[in-house]
Amino acid sequence: MRLQYPTNIKIIQLPCSGRVDILHILKSFEDGADGVYVAGCMEGDCHFLTGNLKARRKVNYVKTVLAALGVEPERVEMFNMSSAEGPRFAQVAREFTAKIKELGPSPVKQAKAA
Amino acid sequence: MIVGDSKPLEEILEMIQGKEKVLVLGCRGCVTVCNVGGEKEVGILATLLRIARKKAGLAPSIEERTLERQCDPEYIEELAEVAEGYDAIISIACGVGPQFMSERFPKVPVYPGINTTFIGGALEHGVWGERCQSCGNCLVHNFGGLCPIARCSKSLMNGPCGGSANKKCEISPDVDCIWHLIVEKMDAMGRLKELERVWPVKNWITSRDGGPRKRVREDLKQ
Repeated sequence: MRLQYPTNIKIIQLPCSGRVDILHILKSFEDGADGVYVAGCMEGDCHFLTGNLKARRKVNYVKTVLAALGVEPERVEMFNMSSAEGPRFAQVAREFTAKIKELGPSPVKQAKAA
Repeated sequence: MIVGDSKPLEEILEMIQGKEKVLVLGCRGCVTVCNVGGEKEVGILATLLRIARKKAGLAPSIEERTLERQCDPEYIEELAEVAEGYDAIISIACGVGPQFMSERFPKVPVYPGINTTFIGGALEHGVWGERCQSCGNCLVHNFGGLCPIARCSKSLMNGPCGGSANKKCEISPDVDCIWHLIVEKMDAMGRLKELERVWPVKNWITSRDGGPRKRVREDLKQ
């Protein structure tokens, strides 16, 4: 399909979005990521039944703790898409990148540079 | 197990304000089992504190460690050489942890990172319920194995009270009336008649009312 999506996105492959750990997401922010999103399968289509639902709950947890630290919770999101939806993958990548650009650099990174 | 709940991050951040080198200290006992103070939670809390520090432009010197237990001096001793190198230690064990740590290392300020809530068990993954109030005189066998001390809002020995409706306690529709369950259970066991026994006022001297408690086993003591 040769779809284009922003080059700033670093993909970390996991066997299932359910494998995503709160620490994986937090460590990304600690290391200076401006945003993190989890791309899981469509709800109801999880090969392991509830992996993507668990991932969403973990993403929501991270949102609450980031907010408590004064980091915009919008910097972490969960998206659902099937593996056959290449165009949607590229679209989400573009939209999330645009949203993060709007939010600006992570406050964690800004302070580090200062 | 002893069940706890994480303290709000804001409270923990306030505790360690101005403390440069901080240790987040977990416990592999009860708090690991109830997912509030084990190695994993140490990692999460320490990472969050490091993010907060980086955000504030401060050096993120937050270290992580988890002891086998914080309620046994032999494990706390593992920190003997390093403890005093920290400006603050956040113990995410039950209330025993921060106290044992403070007693052993009197020069180091120790802060509790969790609130110890109750003695209970897992009702399902991620849900825990209170089962014991450590009253010091177990009587559950008289009540079909259900504790009216820990599980009745009023700790009634001769229940139910007038606040019991539709199997629930008047304090909340989420709280079972344990006396309703006791009666049902004793009936199902054919032991309903046993509930005719009138219990005198409970002697709370074995509970906290007798002051702080201590247990000594002479055969083990050295």
